[in-house]
Amino acid sequence: MDLSFSPEEEAFRQEVRSFIRDNLPDKLKGKVRRGDLETKDDYLTWHKILYRQGWVAPAWPKQYGGPGWTVTQRYIFNEECAEAETPMILPFGVAMCGPVIYTFGSEAQKQKYLPRILSGEDWWCQGYSEPGAGSDLASLKTRAVRDGDHYIVNGQKTWTTLAQFADWIFCLVRTDTSVKQQEGITFLLIDMKTPGITVKPIIVLDGAHEVNEVFFDNVKVPVENRIGEENKGWTYAKFLLVHERSGIAGVARSKKAIERLKQIAEAEMIDGKPLIETDEFTRKIAETEIDLSALEFTELRTLAKESRGQMAGPESSILKIKGTEIQQRITELTLEAIGYYAYPDARSFGDNEYPVGPDYAVGQAGHYFNMRKASIYGGSNEIQRGIIAKAVLGL
Amino acid sequence: MDFSYTEEQTLLRNSVARFLADHYDFETFKRVSRAEPGWRPDIWKQFAELGLLGASLPEDFGGLGGGPIETMIVMEEFGKALAVEPYVATVVIGGGLLRRSGSDAQRQEWLPKIAGGETVMAFAFAEPQGRYDLADLTTTAKKSGAGHVLNGHKAVVLGGPWADTLIVTARVGGGQRDANGVSVFLVDKKSDGISARHYPTVDGQHASEITFENVEVPASNLIGAEGEGLPLIEQAVDEAIAAHCAEAVGCMRVLQDATVEYSKTRKQFGVPIGKFQVLQHRMVDMFINTEQSVSIALMATLKLGESETERKKAASAAKVHIGRAGRFVGQQAVQIHGGMGMTDELNVGHYFKRLTMLDTLYGNVDHHLKRYAALA
Ligand SMILES: Cc1cc2nc3c(=O)[nH]c(=O)nc-3n(C[C@H](O)[C@H](O)[C@H](O)COP(=O)(O)OP(=O)(O)OC[C@H]3O[C@@H](n4cnc5c(N)ncnc54)[C@H](O)[C@@H]3O)c2cc1C
Repeated sequence: MDLSFSPEEEAFRQEVRSFIRDNLPDKLKGKVRRGDLETKDDYLTWHKILYRQGWVAPAWPKQYGGPGWTVTQRYIFNEECAEAETPMILPFGVAMCGPVIYTFGSEAQKQKYLPRILSGEDWWCQGYSEPGAGSDLASLKTRAVRDGDHYIVNGQKTWTTLAQFADWIFCLVRTDTSVKQQEGITFLLIDMKTPGITVKPIIVLDGAHEVNEVFFDNVKVPVENRIGEENKGWTYAKFLLVHERSGIAGVARSKKAIERLKQIAEAEMIDGKPLIETDEFTRKIAETEIDLSALEFTELRTLAKESRGQMAGPESSILKIKGTEIQQRITELTLEAIGYYAYPDARSFGDNEYPVGPDYAVGQAGHYFNMRKASIYGGSNEIQRGIIAKAVLGL
Repeated sequence: MDFSYTEEQTLLRNSVARFLADHYDFETFKRVSRAEPGWRPDIWKQFAELGLLGASLPEDFGGLGGGPIETMIVMEEFGKALAVEPYVATVVIGGGLLRRSGSDAQRQEWLPKIAGGETVMAFAFAEPQGRYDLADLTTTAKKSGAGHVLNGHKAVVLGGPWADTLIVTARVGGGQRDANGVSVFLVDKKSDGISARHYPTVDGQHASEITFENVEVPASNLIGAEGEGLPLIEQAVDEAIAAHCAEAVGCMRVLQDATVEYSKTRKQFGVPIGKFQVLQHRMVDMFINTEQSVSIALMATLKLGESETERKKAASAAKVHIGRAGRFVGQQAVQIHGGMGMTDELNVGHYFKRLTMLDTLYGNVDHHLKRYAALA
């Protein structure tokens, strides 16, 4: 066992660092910090820059367009992106649908979809949840009925993140109602431009249009858009959920957020001295940092296992639970740190308007409210604890 | 010992509750708080007619002769309705300061106006550098003839856009954080030299950054003795804390009820989610937190008239407890509602946001824990 990086790995870090320094547009940096990436362009600009460099999908096998990095290189890449506060690459295409397609898709599907996921030409969204099927995903009701070489899809998805920008949606649909719930589900790729699809916005707590309802009214989907076999969709869906879970830990981003928090606590004054010099606050930051260190090494242990070719098991739920708890804790402490300047609603300020209060306070309350989602989505933290209880502890 | 409400107090609660149910539902709150002017001047007049604005003011000045209990009752109902009207700034801070420390002339002039709904006040006390320290002031008041001239910047003045009169703290002497040398003034918002930037807040209210540039204030607008304003303000703020604790209790009660109700109807895995023991215990903890908050808000209210130390300890204790309880209840209400809890459409998230900001107002958990420890 060894904690140090090899000279090659250090060289790789330098390469990534200078690439980001030379290529990340200034205008995006501030937006990431304030959490207000908003337009399709905001997200896609950085995606395309990484794509041109061949770095947009670090985890993909080389044959499908991945960079062929080791687990350590991916870890370093993540750290550098977090350090430089680059926009995140949205998971729906690159981290979710892509891996499902190259693992379970047909040759034709791989050729059709994978290059367009990499290039950013196709924006994907995730159509799993329904009004009646959240935690109990397998109870989903959106119906797909076979009609010659098409499926006719009727029903509703909800909480669909950024579907307003999407070209494609990957959906779980019910194709057999006569069997056990999990055995009647099929995984379909649906073109968002197909007639019969309607997208309606859902505004979340910080005022952002982040999620949507997606309605399907007699939507015709070619059978060739099915992943794998009919009624085997649950298997593919579960594979994807595990992928979603490990990405969610966000260790590197949380490290950066703690660094930012410390800067805020240095600038904020209390009784005539910086907030960071008070015991109470410094302890709270230290506790969070310690939690994060433990999580980092839990993640490294998982990665080590992966690099030996083993799949991450149900213990990856730890990463989701602790990762999101820490993310939420940091936003909580940031809110505490900024005092009264948490009050102004950043959304009311125009692009060219000077914000009220210090720059670092802008949007922080909204960010805190918004991050309550993290313990709800991706399988709620209650569900994750249930998974560990059942699958790991055998309870 | 007697914890029962008088007949008048019960009547007051019923009439506020009924009035707000009829005139201040959640959709109204959302619509009003998002459009200009962001509050309801019309309803302010109706509050006056109902006797709410004078409930805690002396009868001699157009009030109903009540006190902190009446304020608590009104504010708990305001909390349930997410009301944004500047009741605390006008009635509790303004009314309280004037009732206790105003000159006869000031009381004659202002208290009937407050009770009658003819004035709206905002409390301009916080400054960018001062955090929660009421004495940390860089705004200055310099003697000029019989009156004063104000200079400085006040931060996040809640209700600032709606007020006609500002209650302003300023330094007349001493160092930046000294207890001595603080004065408190009534300032006409239309005075020359006042400029303001108004903005909405994250919890559906409105606030202002207010700058004073050589603003002349007549001698008749100084409240209490020159340079001895801090104890007056501390008392007024403790009363405001008790009032906002009652507001927080109102918010918690709504969240508690809404969450239990939701867990009985929302089904996953074929059963209402309220059947899952982990959520049951969570809701029991929400309930315990809410009940304990009711108790400590009451304690803070009843101790407002005791010695300075007792009063401060009780206010800080309530602020600490309710800061924590409010965070727990708010977060868990959202969590148990799942995706629905994250929406702007449902009321739950709005109560969560109000509770969050109530922790900040007049000092958060850390601030009051420290103040309590120093007094204990
Ligand atoms: C911001 C946001 C973005 C999202 N993006 C997407 C997306 O892009 N695509 C998509 O398909 N979905 C998305 N989701 C949906 C998300 O996956 C669901 O919200 C989540 O699965 C919870 O489902 P629900 O909201 O229906 O809550 P419910 O399942 O109704 O849960 C309500 C509460 O009950 C608890 N609970 C449920 N079952 C149990 C149990 N057995 N034991 C203990 N507690 C239980 C839950 O933990 C939760 O606290 C998103 C959600 C949010 C908030």
